[in-house]
Amino acid sequence: MPDLLIELFSEEIPARMQARARDDLKRLVTDGLVQAGLTYASAGAFSTPRRLALTVEGLSAQSPDTREERKGPRTDAPEKALEGFLRGAGLTRDQLQVRDDKKGQVWFAVIARKGRPASEIVAEVLETTIRDFPWPKSMRWGTGSLRWVRPLHSILCILSDESGATTVPLNIDGIASGNSTRGHRFLSPDAFTVTGFDDYVARLRRAHVMLDPAEREAEIRQQAENLAFARGWQIVPDDTLLSEVAGLVEWPVPLMGVIEDRFLDLPPEVLQTSMKEHQKFFSARNPKTGRIEGFVTVANIATPDDGETILAGNQRVLAARLSDAAFFWENDLREAKSGMNAWAEGLKSVTFHNKMGSQADRIARVAALAREIAPMVGADPDQAETAARVAKLDLQSAMVGEFPELQGIMGRYYAQAAGYPDAVADAARDHYSPLGPSDAVPTAPVSVAVALADKIDTLTGFWAIDEKPTGSKDPFALRRAALGTIRLIVNNVVRSHLLDAAKTGLLANFSHQLNTIGEERTKAVDLAWETIVAEDGRLAKHAQKIFAKALNDRNSKIDWNAAVEKAKAQSPDRVKLDPDRPGTLNHTSHNLLAFLHDRLKVHLRDQGIRHDIIDAVLAQPGNDDLVLVVNRATALNAMLQTEDGRNLTQGLKRAGNILAQAEEKDGVEYSFGADAKFAETDQERALFAALDKAEPAIRRAIADEDFPAAMTAIAALRAPIDAFFEAVQVNSDNQILRRNRLNLLSRIRNAGREIADFTKIEG
Amino acid sequence: MTSPKPPRSFQEIILRLQTYWAGQGCAVLQPYDMEVGAGTFHPATTLRALGQRSWAAAYVQPSRRPTDGRYGENPNRLQHYYQYQVIIKPSPPDLQNLYLGSLKAIGLDPMIHDIRFVEDDWESPTLGAWGLGWEVWCDGMEVSQFTYFQQVGGHDCRPVSGELTYGLERLAMYVLGAEHVMDMPFNDPGAAIALTYGDIFRQTEQEYSRWNFDQADTETLFQHFKDAEAECARIIAASETDSAGRRIPMAHPAYDQCIKASHIFNLLDARGVISVTERQAYIGRVRALARACADLFLTTEAAGASA
Repeated sequence: MPDLLIELFSEEIPARMQARARDDLKRLVTDGLVQAGLTYASAGAFSTPRRLALTVEGLSAQSPDTREERKGPRTDAPEKALEGFLRGAGLTRDQLQVRDDKKGQVWFAVIARKGRPASEIVAEVLETTIRDFPWPKSMRWGTGSLRWVRPLHSILCILSDESGATTVPLNIDGIASGNSTRGHRFLSPDAFTVTGFDDYVARLRRAHVMLDPAEREAEIRQQAENLAFARGWQIVPDDTLLSEVAGLVEWPVPLMGVIEDRFLDLPPEVLQTSMKEHQKFFSARNPKTGRIEGFVTVANIATPDDGETILAGNQRVLAARLSDAAFFWENDLREAKSGMNAWAEGLKSVTFHNKMGSQADRIARVAALAREIAPMVGADPDQAETAARVAKLDLQSAMVGEFPELQGIMGRYYAQAAGYPDAVADAARDHYSPLGPSDAVPTAPVSVAVALADKIDTLTGFWAIDEKPTGSKDPFALRRAALGTIRLIVNNVVRSHLLDAAKTGLLANFSHQLNTIGEERTKAVDLAWETIVAEDGRLAKHAQKIFAKALNDRNSKIDWNAAVEKAKAQSPDRVKLDPDRPGTLNHTSHNLLAFLHDRLKVHLRDQGIRHDIIDAVLAQPGNDDLVLVVNRATALNAMLQTEDGRNLTQGLKRAGNILAQAEEKDGVEYSFGADAKFAETDQERALFAALDKAEPAIRRAIADEDFPAAMTAIAALRAPIDAFFEAVQVNSDNQILRRNRLNLLSRIRNAGREIADFTKIEG
Repeated sequence: MTSPKPPRSFQEIILRLQTYWAGQGCAVLQPYDMEVGAGTFHPATTLRALGQRSWAAAYVQPSRRPTDGRYGENPNRLQHYYQYQVIIKPSPPDLQNLYLGSLKAIGLDPMIHDIRFVEDDWESPTLGAWGLGWEVWCDGMEVSQFTYFQQVGGHDCRPVSGELTYGLERLAMYVLGAEHVMDMPFNDPGAAIALTYGDIFRQTEQEYSRWNFDQADTETLFQHFKDAEAECARIIAASETDSAGRRIPMAHPAYDQCIKASHIFNLLDARGVISVTERQAYIGRVRALARACADLFLTTEAAGASA
């Protein structure tokens, strides 16, 4: 059983591409070998900046001989049929056999294929792998046509067993395979030969190359921690940076440096980000002061001066970078202290989306929405509105211009400097959250109000211009915004009517389209009419206000108030209104709600609640209150975990089915008038009694939103229902009895409907 | 092997690079006599990267980036600075080692410094060009761009050129240990009349910063842009044969107008009169010129087209 070793030696491979390249190399080569009939015991892939390596152990020395029998046409079949068969089998007529078959004599082909030596297969598989390698970006170089991530210099490919190692011969665009490689670019530049994987790893190490990225990571982590420990500091953990740095070095030599005093007053996030993004330094924190006071840079070389020159150089570069950062910070603080008006002004000319206006337009919408949401989350409306107006001003700061990832974080510092209360400053920092499914959800009321308003405005904005996510395409991260909305609402138990919030957000976004021209504007104006006629109360007033303002802003000659009065007087004929027509406020808001429900299903499924349970709950009224939906679904899920719950579901379904059949047959709905005096059996009477008791209990519990109590109350029906179906024939010949029993079943159906739509529960 | 003595001035670093690349067989060219944003714009790079003819050139190129002007106050930023540019076609297999040799020549010994090739893909939207390569780090500082050209003016580069770009001021400041670019010795600090970088350029940085940001007449510039664009198009559309019947397509004169348009766009950008949406449109207009020039150049002898 030989072992295979492959190394593809090139110029520096981008760090971010190495992990996937390792996986791809392993997958493509081993899949290819297996497809060609070889087997292997194990395989492992490794990378450094200059090489991709693969070891495959316990490979079969050759593929097995195979024998295939193929049945052909009958011997008296037309000549054409036989020719086709010969072509397919790659044989001539004299190589065929004639055998007896049920229907006569038939041609048979016996195709024997000799096994092939592993080296032949390896050469083919490796060539295909190299030529078709799925690099995210690849290039040509010199005069060649081969593509690789950067110029490919050599291919090491050997098969080794007890008798020694042999090179697998192959030649790709002039690069011939061999059994040699090179060590570290500067420390051990000479070529050397290797005899197998263990020998390769050992010789590389002597040549100052640590092959295994996991080992380099461990080495960097360990040494960085030791260096920090010696000063009483701690390294700020950063796994992303660690894996990137491990992909930039073959021979990691961590060096520790100190940040100059003059930079220590910079916010720690600025120090950390500047060092990480520009220099790929790890940050070291002094636990006594809580500040970032040092850094670790990882060199790719051990030098005679123990890295002194390298460290001094890095220190200089860092000083220049941090001088820039300090300059930004001081200028930004000055602007912040003077009220940030220039920033607010600047955002007017920053386009958010060409159909959704500027960042300033967006901020105005978010502020209005935050004000509406504030009471639902226990925030002061004035403070929520202020926070929304302040939260994005840092987008104009020099620091965020340099480090976009610091948006929000800088916003908090600048809001503080401007003298805003902590609740407002914290909202600036937290209103982008939660970003990912594991990101923390804000809890402070003002932060929650602004975060929700921000996300709802994003969603309604893109819904208003019909830019919804499709399939894998979600360029504006709307799924993330939806999940963020859900988590903000559910985690903070925000009782809200999302449809109202969605309509408010949509109105603000639709009104923006009045600023457009041509067809878009005509559509927006139509929509304004429709909304005012279709909606009543607060939303209609809101719509009037918004549209009137938008139209007046354009110096429109329309006397809006008179027009509204006229439209109302003539409605609904004045405007042909179909609220379910795509594009209307009603349709669009429901469409958005359905999208949120889909994301909620994904969210709850991750928490172990089945989608059919959520569907059963979403069919209930009030489904735009996500807190209610989640509480109901959680209680229903718990009940369905019990035996009573599962059997009850069956009983409810059975009752529902019998009723549905009878109603279809009779053409009536059985919904009223079951009378206990027509009960014939004890089981029937018992069911009446149980329903008399359960119905008010369920109604009370639902009114109190005490879903566990509602579940307990309905679960009590399980035994009487089971006993009833056991003993009673519903479709009696006696029509009075039959009608009475069907009406009794309808009481069961109604009891179930109070809780959920049980017909949607599977199983 | 003993390392050479460290260089003592900005000009010595330039001279050593010139000598080194001349020794590697490059034609040492002079700067292009037009305002450009980077050494890549020199026709010795942009146009010569096209076509099949082999090519090897090295040169200093004064480069202008109006938006980077800081009145000579920022230690690292200038609106006028120098790039050192090397272009070799086809890219030789040992280009990385040749490059490392140039660092040794200016006193950066890779045995005591930390030299690293860090992914950095290059793209010039105005030239319709892109390539893959790295920024080269020395002790954490970017000292060069290293690029394998894949496309220029929308055309695949076959063969591929290897391009090296050194930011001379930054590199020299590091080698010479200067904290502020204006304090860096330009000629030998022991010379009878020793001049610093600031002696030569502090005043010009102030003057140009003022002009770039406040004074450049935008109406005139907009007109110049249109003129350059129109002249470029006219040259390209002109008949390939002159009055004597000789075939002389005018790729280089056309390309000059493209360079001019590109620089005027940069000036307008510094004046803050180009909005975000217009920006893309202007870049697209310059790119269209660059493409047309590339198309024309490819029909010429310098590109290896048979006459």
